[in-house]
Formats: sequence, C-alpha cells, structure tokens
Amino acid sequence: MSASVSQANLLPTGAEFQKGLARRNFRGSVWGRFYSLSLLVAILALIALVLNIVNSAFGYAITAYEVEPTALVAGGDVGGLDAEQLVVILQDYQERRLPVYIRDNLSVVDPSIFTQVPLSESLAGRTFPAELAAMTVTELTRDQQAAVLAASLSVDTLRSLVEVEVIGEQVIHPYALSESLFERSRIDAELLEALEDEPNARLEFRSWLNFEFLTAAGSSDPAAAGVRTALLGTLWVIFITVLFAFPVGVGAAIYLEEYAVPNRLNKLIETNIRNLAGVPSIIYGLLGLAVLVRSLEFITQGRTILSAGLTLGLLILPVIIINSQEAIRAVPSSIREASFGVGATKWQTIWNQVLPAAMPGILTGTILAMSRAVGETAPLIVIGASTFIVTDPTSPFAKFTALPIQIYQWTARPQSEFRAIAAAAIIVLLVLLLLFNATAIILRQRYRKSLQG
Amino acid sequence: MQTQLEAGREISRVQSAVAARRAQATLYKRPRPGEDAIRVYLLLCGILSIFTTLGIIFVLGEESLRFFTSGVTNAVEFLTSIKWQPQAGEFGILPLLESTLMTSFMAMLVAIPLGLGSAIYLAEYAPSRVRSTMKPILEVLAGIPTVVYGYFALTFMTPALRGIFGQDAVQIYNTAAAGIVMGIMILPTISSMAEDALSSVPRSLREASYGLGATRFETIVKVVLPAALSGILAAFIIGISRAVGETMIVALAAGAGSNWSFPPNFFVAAETMTGHIARISGGDLSYDSVDYNSLFAIGLMLFFITLGLNLLSQWVSKRFREVYQ
Repeated sequence: MSASVSQANLLPTGAEFQKGLARRNFRGSVWGRFYSLSLLVAILALIALVLNIVNSAFGYAITAYEVEPTALVAGGDVGGLDAEQLVVILQDYQERRLPVYIRDNLSVVDPSIFTQVPLSESLAGRTFPAELAAMTVTELTRDQQAAVLAASLSVDTLRSLVEVEVIGEQVIHPYALSESLFERSRIDAELLEALEDEPNARLEFRSWLNFEFLTAAGSSDPAAAGVRTALLGTLWVIFITVLFAFPVGVGAAIYLEEYAVPNRLNKLIETNIRNLAGVPSIIYGLLGLAVLVRSLEFITQGRTILSAGLTLGLLILPVIIINSQEAIRAVPSSIREASFGVGATKWQTIWNQVLPAAMPGILTGTILAMSRAVGETAPLIVIGASTFIVTDPTSPFAKFTALPIQIYQWTARPQSEFRAIAAAAIIVLLVLLLLFNATAIILRQRYRKSLQG
Repeated sequence: MQTQLEAGREISRVQSAVAARRAQATLYKRPRPGEDAIRVYLLLCGILSIFTTLGIIFVLGEESLRFFTSGVTNAVEFLTSIKWQPQAGEFGILPLLESTLMTSFMAMLVAIPLGLGSAIYLAEYAPSRVRSTMKPILEVLAGIPTVVYGYFALTFMTPALRGIFGQDAVQIYNTAAAGIVMGIMILPTISSMAEDALSSVPRSLREASYGLGATRFETIVKVVLPAALSGILAAFIIGISRAVGETMIVALAAGAGSNWSFPPNFFVAAETMTGHIARISGGDLSYDSVDYNSLFAIGLMLFFITLGLNLLSQWVSKRFREVYQ
C-alpha cells in the first residue's frame, strides 16, 4: 500500500502533468519536423541535380564561324551533302591542307617519311585511284589529292573535316540557362566586347543536346562533338555484359534455389555472393585489367569491348543472382510438386514450370542490374577505355569509348563549353536509364496482372 | 492331352519370366546424363562467384607482392609513411587513406542524419500515399550513375561552398564538396535499409508503448529505434563501405595529387585511394611498372577495408537482431 502511494507521488498530476505533456508533445513535433525535413532535403537535392544539368545543357552562347555555313550550301546544312560535294568545299577553302588531311586520316607510315614515299606505300591497303600509286603526295595535283580523299574517307569523316576545318565554329562563351534568362544585359555587353576581337561573333540560343549531338562522332572540338561513338560503345558493352551475366547469373540462382543442399560448399557460395555484391566497382576494374586485359589478351585483344563487357558482367553477376534467387523463391512449391506428380524430371520441372513463372521477376532484376552497368564508370577507366575514339565500334574486339567515360572526360576539362556538352551527354545517359527502368516497371506491372488474372 | 501339356509349359514359362523380372527389379533411378550435365553446368555457374573472389584476392595479392618486393618500397613504409610521391619513389598510403576517411566522414555526416531521419519519417509518420510517391523518388536518387553525382559535385556543390565560405578559403577541388555529394548519393541506401529495419518492428511493441502513455516521438526513440538497432547499424556500416569504395565523385571533385593535411582541412584538394587508382590507370600506364603495381597495393587495402566493413555489417545485423514472433 505504501509503495503505490510513493509511486503516485512521483508521477506529476494536474497542471504539472499538463505542462509536462505540452513539453513532450512540443519536442515530438520538432523532431517530427526534422524527420520530414530530411526527406525534403533528399528530394531538393534530386531537383537541384536535375536543374543543374538542364541549366548547363541549354542557354545562350557567343559563337563565331570562320566561314558561314550558308556561304557553303543554301540553308547552311552540310549534313545533306555527299562525299564529292564535301571534298569540293575542302578544296575550295583549305586547298593547301589537303595533304595534311590525307596524312592525318589515311597514312599508314611514319609522318616524317610520309611525303617521300609513293602512295602505294604510304596508303597501303586504302582505296585510291590506282594510277596514282607510284607518285608521292607532293607530286599530286590538288584535284588528285581531292580524289584520294573522296575515294577513301567516309562521308562522316569528310563532314567533320568540313565542320572543323572550314566552318570552324568556335564557342567563345557559353552561358547557363539561368544566366540566359536573368542576365541578358550582361550577355549583350559581353557580345559587344567579343565583336571587337571577332567580327563574326554572334549570339545564339543553343540547345547543346540536339540531333547533331546524338549523331556526330566524338571530336576534340566541343561545337562539333557528339555522342554517337560513345553511345554505340555503351550499347555494345552492355550487350556483351548481359550475354555473359544473364545465363550464368540465372544458372547460379537456379542451382542455389533448386539443387543446393545446405552443405559447406553451397553455404560458401551463398555468403560469397553476398560479399561480392559489396566489393567496390573499381576493384573489379583492377581484376579486369590484370586478368582479362593482360593475361587473356590472346582472347580479348586487350582493352576492348569484350574485356569491358566481361568485367561489367562479373560486377553485376551478384546482383542478377540475388534478384533471380528471390524471383525463383517466390514460385509456390505446389507448382513444382504438381509437376513432379505427373512424372516430370527435375530439369523438366524447372524449365517448363519454375522458370516461366519466375521469368518476369528475373527479367526485372536483370534490367535493373543492366542499368547499374550502364552507369558504371570506374571499372571502364581502370581497364582503359580509350578516351579519344571517333570510329564506331563494329565488333567485340574493337577499341571503344562509353557514355559515362565521355561524360567523365568532358567534365574533367576546365573549359565551360565542355561542361555544357557533358551536361547534354548526361541527359542522354539518364534518358537511356529511364528507358531501362520503364521497361522494368512495365514488366513488373504485367507480372502482377497475370498473377491476379 | 497336347493342349494341356502346352498350357502347362506356358504357365511355367510365365512363372519363370516373372521370377526373372523380380530378380532384376532393383529400384534404381534411371540414369539421365542430360539432367546431370545441366546440374554440373549450374554448379559451375555458382562456383564462378568463388573464382571471382579468388581471382580478386590472387590478382591484388600477386601484384602487391611484386610492389613490396620491388625494392622501391616495403610494406612498413607503405603503411606508415605520410608521403605519396611516385615520381620521388615515396609510397606511403596514409595521405590517400586520410582523404578517403575525410570524404567518407563528410558523406556520413550528411547521410546518417538525413538517411535515418527520412527512414523514420517514411516508416512512422508518412501516410501511405506519401510513402508510395516518395519511395520511388528515393529509388531514382539511388539509380543515378556516380559520374553524374561527380558532375553535380564539381559544378554545383563546389561553387555553392565557395559562395558560402569564400573563394579563397575553398579550393576548386576539395574533399568537402565530394563528401557532401557522396552523402546524398548514399542517403537512399541508408534510408531504405533503415526503413526496412523499422518496419519489421512489430506493431504490438508500439501499441504497448502508446498504452503506457508515451507520445509518438517517445515511442520511436525509446522503443522502435532500440528494437531496430541492429538493422540500422548495419545500414550505417554498409553506407561507410560504399563511401570508401566510391570513385567517380572523388575523381572529379576531390582533386589530383595526394595531400597529407593535419589537422584535416576539408577545403583543399586531396586525392583519395580510389581517385588515385582512377587517375593513374586512366593515363598511359605501362605494365609491370612500379606505378602499375602500386595501384594493386592500394586496391588490396581498399578490398580489405570494404570487406571488413561488409562482414562487420552482417555480424552486427545477426548478433544484435531482436527476434519477434
């Protein structure tokens, strides 16, 4: 009895209790606000990130042409010209540099002896008019030099030569979207300044992300650079990655879920996969560099798409395995038992019952793993994706560059015009990822419907 | 007569056939070579992961061994020297390790309070409609490639810090901007793991706490958080492990060239372990040079740190797990 009395005395009552309760509620609401605020900060960060990219990818730019495109072709679009016409333009404007273009783009001999040896040697293996084979480059007339260029260079290369060498668009100063919207008077003042040095300077509103950017090859000139080579490189690498990681990953998942008995080996495999998922991606790069690029060079040909694809394949393998395991585990065991009951073997059961039922989940997991591989940059840098490549990859043994590598390279440059094209390339990458993820979501939705229906 | 005889023969033939069959009918599984081959293939798929781990350990170990026996440096100097200047033959990992710890510390300073806060909000406060719209947004944040975060750190966070603390105080490349953005990158990981841990605490515990007169905040702090502690700690440790191994953000925003600063200065350029590997291997690197081997020694260090953290996280989540029925 006395104990309960003293207890009651310890607990506040009446006004004191009300005061304490108010204080407790106040403290709770302050912290509650902090919790919701922290989520808000995360969302604001995402918005800032997107706005920051959009801000750099669009905006005014002060540019100047060496030669107005409209002077070359009506309408100013050199994209529609064929090889002959492009060579004529080169000949008209940069006649003296034709041998240089031949040397830079076609020569297979050392630059120091290029002018002394006949074409049959310096251009061995290239296509050019046969009657010129015995002559050196300096003996050719300008027309013959032009004919050599027209015969062996692709339209793409010729077009980029015209763009860089003749039109020579120079970005003097790019502006961010925010500057373009709110600081127009400063931009105008700077345009006037620029006009003093460069009478051709002009102000234009520029979307750095445009059709040309998507279709042009890489270039050291930011105004002419595009992401086609990098985009194709990324698609090739991902293709190899999935070709390797999907069958192996799903296979391992089937083994672990359907066959493995809990012995020491299988437990080891299971924990090992979980730990591999936590290994930093750059370590996979070192593994790829030492094993795939160096030791297996006779198969992979060194720093190629194949090496990169397999490296990324090893990287996403644990993700695919874990996701596939979950999908397989979700298939009800009654399906398996029914299949055994009508006399199917284990593999017949897996192939005809379990896998079809688990496939949407497996595919969703694989697509998510793929989108992780698309954005991976560090392993590709370590195994040595080439930074400057302008030819499209055509086989798994080609040297390559990839979209994230290109973004990294452009971002690392101090000039702001490279920042602008980096932002445009980021948008391309994010749209690619969005496509992947949308596919995964649609698959998941369809799977849910088929379960319900 | 004849027919009887034949019938008798027939019977005895059937009887002997049945007996013979009975002797044969030991109940063995029919051999199925196809099934066995498939089983072996699937086992090999599983074992490949073990080979991957062995490959990593072997490659890192072998090249590190070459590095330490090359005569240029040794393991003691590698672990204790505060100078990393490959041109001068100085290979002390401490400056690189220090920058890694600095960026990771900065990242956790951002990611732990914000990640845990948003997890508590999502698990305890948010109405289900808010939760179902917010979780995908966090997933988007988690799915953005790290190189994009690197761009964000360099072109947004650094100018912002320079605007706040002054152009002179903050260098163009610095560990603070890299660390903060890394924190934003890790936030969704911590948030989603912590939220899972909070959601798995049974309702009955909360209701008991309310029944005793506790407010919602008191219930969260004194009942739910302690109950979910193992999962939350595991999330923090995984977050640190990801911060240590993160490459692109630091490669773009933290700067090139190792820098030992004591006391640590977050506003100056300093190269982390991962940043150094990325920068050196991105250039023209000849095989079997000391530079090449040194990358693997750094990689080995990195591997041990992250593996240790991952194992610790698994141990914590197992050791301190509260099991409810």
